[in-house]
Amino acid sequence: MIPLKTPISKAAISRLKVGDEVAITGVLFTGRDAVHKYLHEGGQLPPGVNLKDGLLYHCGPVVIKDEEGKWKCVAAGPTTSIREEPYQWQVIRDLGLRGVIGKGGMGEKTLEACKKYGCAYLHAIGGAAQVLAQCIQRVPNVYLMDKFGAPEAIWEFEVVNFPAVVTMDAHGNSLHKEVFAASQAELAKHL
Amino acid sequence: MNLLSDSLLELVRRTSTEIPEDVHQAILSSLEREKKGTIAESAMKIIDQNIALARNKSQPICQDTGSIIFYVDCPIGFDQAAFEQTAQDAVKLATRKGYLRQNSVDPITGKNDGTNVGPGSPMVHFHQHDSPEARVRLVLKGGGCENVGAQYSLPNENLQANRDLDGCRKAILDAVLQAQGKGCGPGILGVCIGGDRATGYEFSKQQLLRKLDDRNPAPELDRLEQDIVETANKLGIGPMGFGGKTTLLGAKIGVLNRLPASYFVSISYMCWAFRRQGMTLAKDGSVQQWLY
Repeated sequence: MIPLKTPISKAAISRLKVGDEVAITGVLFTGRDAVHKYLHEGGQLPPGVNLKDGLLYHCGPVVIKDEEGKWKCVAAGPTTSIREEPYQWQVIRDLGLRGVIGKGGMGEKTLEACKKYGCAYLHAIGGAAQVLAQCIQRVPNVYLMDKFGAPEAIWEFEVVNFPAVVTMDAHGNSLHKEVFAASQAELAKHL
Repeated sequence: MNLLSDSLLELVRRTSTEIPEDVHQAILSSLEREKKGTIAESAMKIIDQNIALARNKSQPICQDTGSIIFYVDCPIGFDQAAFEQTAQDAVKLATRKGYLRQNSVDPITGKNDGTNVGPGSPMVHFHQHDSPEARVRLVLKGGGCENVGAQYSLPNENLQANRDLDGCRKAILDAVLQAQGKGCGPGILGVCIGGDRATGYEFSKQQLLRKLDDRNPAPELDRLEQDIVETANKLGIGPMGFGGKTTLLGAKIGVLNRLPASYFVSISYMCWAFRRQGMTLAKDGSVQQWLY
């Protein structure tokens, strides 16, 4: 496991390559379908959401208020990233992201943006909502909750050793592309 | 009726937080099979830890607690309207308790009222049967795996899939290829051959009520089920699409009659976080027996 701390430098992202397992410590902001569309249409991030050299997590968590009225995240796995493919390149460019965390991988436009701006796609384990929620130490804030509802809001998470796998790196490599091509070729042998 | 409320709440809790034993066994064998030291093995280990954590903490296995689909087999005279009302109340309560995410959104306004109750949610399928007891089964199916479901209309020239079992096989394996890791594999397929567009998908989901280790009583479908799993696991897609040995944990295939003009193959993909549970009810609404 390679430790990765936010904020992340371009050099640190450049060192990562497809297949590396990372353990993330620091701050994550969630953003999924509604947030990407909103940003694409020129919406502004609320004050407090700083994604420069940061990580955007494709996630719609389950968060409840504990007895003291503090947010507590009870489930927080990744959502499927490919839906953000039309928007992600622009969000990487405009916000200065160093990493996108999600599942299922993304396409050519995102891969290109990762290379151009120094970003990586970090694949969390889909469905592993408890293992990942356990890495969240604190939920300091939530943004755009009224506008988008809880799953689509921007949640701020402080995480320790959040596990992910680099499946698209800043050098134009994509594990998803490789696996698709290999599995397609293999399938042709069995038809 | 109060006991029914408690039973339904407990059904939702168990379904969301505890993986059924047959699925857990399949996941453990898949963990064994993956090559040591690979990211596929690492993914399966995290999955296994996640299953234990969810159970111990009584919290959702996956944050996407999915479409809420009840299947109710009921005797003559069963009050379906009252059941549906009680199920809606149980869903609201389960959402407040954090067993379910606030997961139901008006597609036009984008509004999520946070209750999980609205048009189509929860979905309750009633079926009257010739038995004095009521049986309630629940499936929670997340959006990631629902999105990679597919329906093929045969013949399909691109796939060279004709209107026969070999054509069905080509369509099903294409769905597996297209899904890659996006549906949170290793996955389980529910398939319907035949029907119309609506009943085909609906019946494909019903196949997911079968236990993973059961066998199809129709020999040609049993062969196809075994073949689909075996072939899919040779493709190297693996857990999460990371590459690896387990792409599917199971495939279950059902058949409905079709119109002469139509030949649909409908495929519902279920993620590894396969949430299904069921119960039979005593007359007073209490749980008689858990089914999975």
